[in-house]
Amino acid sequence: MGKKLLLANDHVPGIQSYEVYRKHGGYASVEKAIKTMKPEEVVEEVKKSGLRGRGGAGFPTGMKWSFLAKPEGVARYLVCNADESEPGTFKDRYLMSRIPHILIEGMITSSFALGANTSYIYIRGEYYYVAQILEKAIAEAYANGWLGKNILGSDYSLDLYVQVGGGAYICGEETALLESLEGKRGNPRIKPPFPAIAGLYGCPTVVNNVETIAAVVPIVNDGGDAYAAIGIGKSSGTKLISASGHINKPGVYEIEMGITVEDFIYSDEYCGGILNGKKLKAVVAGGSSVPVLPADLIITTANGEKRLMSYESLADGGFATGTMLGSGGFIVMDETTNIVENLHTFARFYHHESCGQCSPCREGTGWMEKILHKILDGHGTLEDVDLLWEIQRKIEGNTICPLGDAAAWPVASAIRHFRHEFEEFVKNPNGIKKVKHYESTQNLVTA
Amino acid sequence: MAKVTIDGKTIEVADGTTILQAARMIGPDVAPPTMCYYSKLKTSGGYCRTCLVEVSKGSEKDPRPMPKLVASCRTTVMDGMEVKNNDSEKVTEARKGVVEFLLLNHPLDCPVCDQAGECHLQDLSYEHGSAKTRTDFERRTFEKIDIGPYVQLHMNRCILCYRCVKVANQITDGRVHGVINRGDHSEISTYVEEAIDNDFSGNVIDVCPVGALTDKTFRFKSRVWFTKPVDAHRNCDKCSGKVVLWYKGEDVLRVTGRKDQWGEVEEFICNTCRFETKKTSDWTIEGPRKLDNHSVISANHYEFLKKPKELTINTVKPLAIEGGNN
Repeated sequence: MGKKLLLANDHVPGIQSYEVYRKHGGYASVEKAIKTMKPEEVVEEVKKSGLRGRGGAGFPTGMKWSFLAKPEGVARYLVCNADESEPGTFKDRYLMSRIPHILIEGMITSSFALGANTSYIYIRGEYYYVAQILEKAIAEAYANGWLGKNILGSDYSLDLYVQVGGGAYICGEETALLESLEGKRGNPRIKPPFPAIAGLYGCPTVVNNVETIAAVVPIVNDGGDAYAAIGIGKSSGTKLISASGHINKPGVYEIEMGITVEDFIYSDEYCGGILNGKKLKAVVAGGSSVPVLPADLIITTANGEKRLMSYESLADGGFATGTMLGSGGFIVMDETTNIVENLHTFARFYHHESCGQCSPCREGTGWMEKILHKILDGHGTLEDVDLLWEIQRKIEGNTICPLGDAAAWPVASAIRHFRHEFEEFVKNPNGIKKVKHYESTQNLVTA
Repeated sequence: MAKVTIDGKTIEVADGTTILQAARMIGPDVAPPTMCYYSKLKTSGGYCRTCLVEVSKGSEKDPRPMPKLVASCRTTVMDGMEVKNNDSEKVTEARKGVVEFLLLNHPLDCPVCDQAGECHLQDLSYEHGSAKTRTDFERRTFEKIDIGPYVQLHMNRCILCYRCVKVANQITDGRVHGVINRGDHSEISTYVEEAIDNDFSGNVIDVCPVGALTDKTFRFKSRVWFTKPVDAHRNCDKCSGKVVLWYKGEDVLRVTGRKDQWGEVEEFICNTCRFETKKTSDWTIEGPRKLDNHSVISANHYEFLKKPKELTINTVKPLAIEGGNN
C-alpha cells in the first residue's frame, strides 16, 4: 500500500463532519501555523516540500506563493480553483465531498501564509451539492473559532466564501475565474499582469487548485522535508488520480508519485486491469487536453524504460512520444475504442467551451469539430486529415489562454499516433461504423 | 528608455511602450497589421492575434527568446529586445492562419458591403491570406439588426474585435450592447434589440474594422472609392467638429472621423456632425484628405496636384494597461 496523505482518513465513517475530522487530527496545521510559525516560515515549508500545482500545469507552489506582490495597504487574496472541468477529472469533487474540512483547513493555513484576510473557493455550478457541503463545513469552522476574527486568539482574521460559478470550462483558467468571481463575463485576461501582481479586484492574488491547497495540510503538519521525501525527484508527494474508462475499478486513487503506469493500470490496488480482459489500446494520462498515447508508449518510454506516474516520466520524449501528468484525469481505452470517435467527442467539448475571445480558438475549435464530424459521417477525405493537422498547428501557442493548446494537443496526438485509423475511416467508413464501439461500456452499465 | 530592434531596424522608445507602438514609430514597413487594437481605446487589443510577432531576444538582461509568438499590441518592450515581424517565417505562417480563421465564417459579401474599399479584413486577406478557401462548411449566419436609427449591425461580418464594446464603455455614458453567447456562437448584440441611443454612438461605425456596423444614412449610396474625401470642420458644442466629408459630385454622402495611416480616427465625433449635417454650407472646407492606408481608395486619384505630405509618425502615448478586461 502506498502512503496516503489526503485520503488517509477517507474510510473513517462520518469524516465529513467537523467532530470526527477534528478527532482524527484535523485543524492541527492551523494550530501549528498560527501559534508557532510566521507566515514566511509556512511559505518556506511549502517551498521545501517541492509541491507542484495539482490543477494541471505543475508549477511549483512555493515559488508561485513567493511571487505574490505585497504592497502596503493593499488587500491580498487566496482563491481556490474548484472549477474542476477537465473531462476525465473528478478528484477534487471526491475530496471535497468526502473530506470537506481538509480543504477548509488548507485554505486557512495557506491564507495565513499569504497574509490574505479574505479568501474564496470558486466552485463550478454543476457541483452545487458539493458547494452546500462546503458551506456547511465553513459554518462549522466559524462556529468552532477557526474562521472569523482573531483566530485562536491571534491577531489573524480570515473570512472564507464559496462562490458557485455557472459551469463553464473556461472559468477554470485562473484569470477567467477571477473575472467570473468579480461578476463579469468569464473571459481570460491578457497577461501580463499576472494575478500575483494584479488579480482579483486588481489586488495581488494567488489561485491554487483544491488538491494543492489540501496538500498544504500534511506539509505544515509533518514539515516540508517529510513531504519531499515521498515521491520521486521533482515530483514529490502524493497525487490524486481520477481513473476512468475501460478498467475494472474506476475511481479516485491517491498514489505516491513514481509508481509505474503498468502497476497503476493492472494492479488490484488501483485500476485492476482492463475491463473484460481486453487489450489496452491507448491512455489519456492527465485529462482530455493532454496528448493521447498508444499502449506501448504509455507502458514504456521511447527509450524502453518503464514509464512512471510522475511529472517528468510522463513528459519524457516531449510531445513526440510523451504526454503530461496534467490534472491526473487518467482515461483508459481498450482495443474496441475508436480513436476518431473519441477525438470527435473531445473536439466537440472544446468547440462548445471556447470563450470566443481570440480568433484561432474561436474559429479553429469549431472547424476541427466540423471536419471530424464529416469524417465520422463517412464523407471525409485524406486531405481532411492533413487539414486537421494544419489547423491544430495554427491554434497551438497562438491564443490568449491555454484552452487553444488544450484543444490542439488531443488532435495532434491522435493524428500522430493513430493516423492509420483516420485513413481507414476515410477509406472504408461503412465497414468501421458497423463495429460496436460501445460494447464494453454497455456491459459496464448493466453489470 | 529602451532600445528595441524590429526586423533589423532599431529605435529607442520610452519604457512601457508596446512592441506595436514602437514598430509604428519606425514605420509601416515593419508595423504588424492589427484588427482589434485601437490606440485610442484602453485595454483594446490581444484578441485577433494578427499582430503576433516573434521575440528572438527577450532583453539585454535576459536574452532568451520568448517561447511563443506574442501579441505585439499587448507586450511591452524591454531594453535590448529583438523582434522579428516580416523576417520571421513562424509569424508569416501564424498570420496566414489567423486570416484563414477570421474568414472562416465571414460571408465574403464584399460586392454588396459598404465597407469594401476601406475594410481592414480585405487588406489583411489580400496581403496575408490565401487565394483559396479550404472549407466548404456552411457559414454561421445571423439576422441583420437595426440598432437605433443610424446604425445597422450585420453580425455575419463581425470578427469580434470588441472595439465597439470598448467605445461604448469608454466614450459614451452607457453601454447597452456587448458580447453575448460563447465561442463561435458569440455575437455582438444589444439586449433585446434595444437601440443604441447617445450622442457618440456613431463612432462604433468608425472603429469597426469590417462591415459589421455600417452607417444607415450611407447605405448602398456609393462604393467608397467613387467618393472624394475632404477635410472639413464646424463649430460643434459636443465634439471637435473635425471630420472628413465624402463627396460624390456636389453631395455629401457621409461624414466620418479623420482616420490616420493606421485606420484609427484622430478624434471621435458626435452624431450631429456625423448624421445630421450633410450640407456643404454646414462646413468649412479645408482641402482634400490624404489617405495613408493601402486600400483601394488610397490611390488618391483626385489629388494629383497636391504635394505629397511627409509621413506622420504615430505619437500615441503608451497606454497604462489596467486590470480587468473591459
